Amino acid sequence: MNKNNSFVNRLFMVLVFVFLYAPILLLIIFSFNAGSSNTIWKGFSLDWYQKLLHDRLIIQSVYTTILVSLLATVISTFAGTFAAIGFYAMRRRTREPLMTVNNIPMMNADIVTGVSLCLFFVAFFSQWSSFASWVNGIQSFFVLPTRLTLGFGTLLIAHITFNIPYVILSVSPKLRQMDKNLVDAAMDLGCTWMQAFWKVILPEIKPGIVSGALTAFTMSIDDFVISYFTAGTSSTLAMTIYGMTKKRVTPEINAVSTLLFVTVLILLAIINIREVRQERRRIVEQNRI
Amino acid sequence: MSKELIRLQNICMAFDDELVLDHLNLYFKDKEFLTLLGPSGCGKTTTLRIIGGFATPTSGDVLFDGVRINDVPPYQRQINTVFQKYALFPHLNVFENIAFGLRMQKRPDPNDPSGRRMVKIPEEEIRERVMEMLEVISLKGFEHRKPDALSGGQQQRVAIARALVNRPKVLLLDEPLAALDLKLRKDMQIELKRIQQQVGITFIYVTHDQEEALTMSDTIVVMDKGTIQQIGTPEDIYNEPKNAFVADFIGESNIIDGVMLRDKCVKMYGREFACLDGGFAENEPVDVVIRPEDIDIVPVEQGQLVGTVTNVTFKGLQYDIIVDFKGFKWLIQTTDHSPAGSRIGIKIDPDAIHIMKKSKYSGMFGDYSSFSDEYDELDDASLASDEEESGDEE
Repeated sequence: MNKNNSFVNRLFMVLVFVFLYAPILLLIIFSFNAGSSNTIWKGFSLDWYQKLLHDRLIIQSVYTTILVSLLATVISTFAGTFAAIGFYAMRRRTREPLMTVNNIPMMNADIVTGVSLCLFFVAFFSQWSSFASWVNGIQSFFVLPTRLTLGFGTLLIAHITFNIPYVILSVSPKLRQMDKNLVDAAMDLGCTWMQAFWKVILPEIKPGIVSGALTAFTMSIDDFVISYFTAGTSSTLAMTIYGMTKKRVTPEINAVSTLLFVTVLILLAIINIREVRQERRRIVEQNRI
Repeated sequence: MSKELIRLQNICMAFDDELVLDHLNLYFKDKEFLTLLGPSGCGKTTTLRIIGGFATPTSGDVLFDGVRINDVPPYQRQINTVFQKYALFPHLNVFENIAFGLRMQKRPDPNDPSGRRMVKIPEEEIRERVMEMLEVISLKGFEHRKPDALSGGQQQRVAIARALVNRPKVLLLDEPLAALDLKLRKDMQIELKRIQQQVGITFIYVTHDQEEALTMSDTIVVMDKGTIQQIGTPEDIYNEPKNAFVADFIGESNIIDGVMLRDKCVKMYGREFACLDGGFAENEPVDVVIRPEDIDIVPVEQGQLVGTVTNVTFKGLQYDIIVDFKGFKWLIQTTDHSPAGSRIGIKIDPDAIHIMKKSKYSGMFGDYSSFSDEYDELDDASLASDEEESGDEE
């Protein structure tokens, strides 16, 4: 009975892993296929990867993706860190509802976030256009552009928006773990608040900031839905892949997807290893006490 | 006597309409060891935070050397603090922790004739002063350790060095020994007193531990519910408590209702007792304090009062016995063994009787009827963490 049970358990586990990873494995294998079929194996080659490098559309979107992810990560890490410090300084009665509000966007369906941001930008642009014409009409020192469109700028704003909550979420616990008197102690020893921030708070919460930034970068690099609604004329890698599937599924898609998968995998591995290390260090510290 | 250094004038402090300090008036003399003593929530930590500049009083003035410093931020005060649980910087080693304050300091450049250019303290001087402090706290050779690789007592001493290296005029200490075990706490009490005498500055010490206060202080300020109950030397506070709260909080006391018949004569249990106090109205009701160690046990026939022993506890040096006198239980400390249930007489010398005016605390303390509870309470007091009054709810 018991043995039987454990067999069923194992079977389930194997099935779960097959369903989870078989498609990705298939995709990776066929990215090395010599032929152009996704079903018939014709031998190993790196042709499709080579082809990628010559595809201007893909290179352009890789460039856009990396640029938007980096910029969004830097800006949202900065904003999120200070937001977390602001939350920390609040009284609990004010902080807890705000933290809930902060968490909603992470749970919210991407499509809702994407569509709402898109509608917001469009609404803003139409108001902007009448404002700009009015300004241009009453003076002639400078000319404001009247027609704004969705593009890299809106894409970046959207990415910053959905990244900030992740940064706040990873910085906040570090602040709470910090000894409440540390800032007082620094100020007692001659620091202004800003000096205390650089010399004492920042070193204490740095691990949280780094994992927040890594999470934000991972989120940015593989986002499709929100980018799709806000990118306008520019195109991220995920969007380009989606566009390619509309025509014909070539192994070139396999190759670029494989690269995206590996990138995200590496980032996730880094985040996890950091967490395990920090946990281990905390246990060592506790044992010492 | 040395001069006055800090004065608190009519200080009130309220958190969310709750009055934590109620018109506090207090001054601190130069080079004295002053202890703010009181139970959790009495306002002692808040008082310390106001002096340190971490809290601004709702009303009233803080004067330092005669100058109002209400709005001077902590980093501009010549005051340093040793925090509860030390608050050492975890990412810096012992040397850098102690050097932190010196690295922040700027002073007029000695080579600049106008004296306006400010320079940092040179590295050799920092090194010298930190090493000197390490010597004072006997932690030489530990300068490269991180704080989490030190024991509680060592962290404590680093925290003291980190504050003292700046040569402040006043050192504030917020329950610095609360996290240490009993043996270490006793050693550190002596160590602290030694350091205070060595550096010769004012120490303002906050604690809820009356024994700690009696051991180290020049002056003790007993506080309860945001008001000062009594200010005095340890001897004054112990021998001449002003009211039932102080008598109960400092040491053990039997507090009995009495009536002052005339000067040097008090009536309790229907009997007249000679005492040394005077200046009360005729027949004024008073609280009579008798310390448990000042009571002599005598044969029943010679006793001024006769009672029944209800409980005996062996304490090593002496026996703590609880004696029932007409329903009111006394604590008596004696080296003679009297078994539970026996009847004994007691004799009280005039100088063992201390008379206090009636106060709002009368009748609340000084009865040992709930003897066992009293002892539990004493055990708790030494462990109780002092969350209190910092103003937020965490």
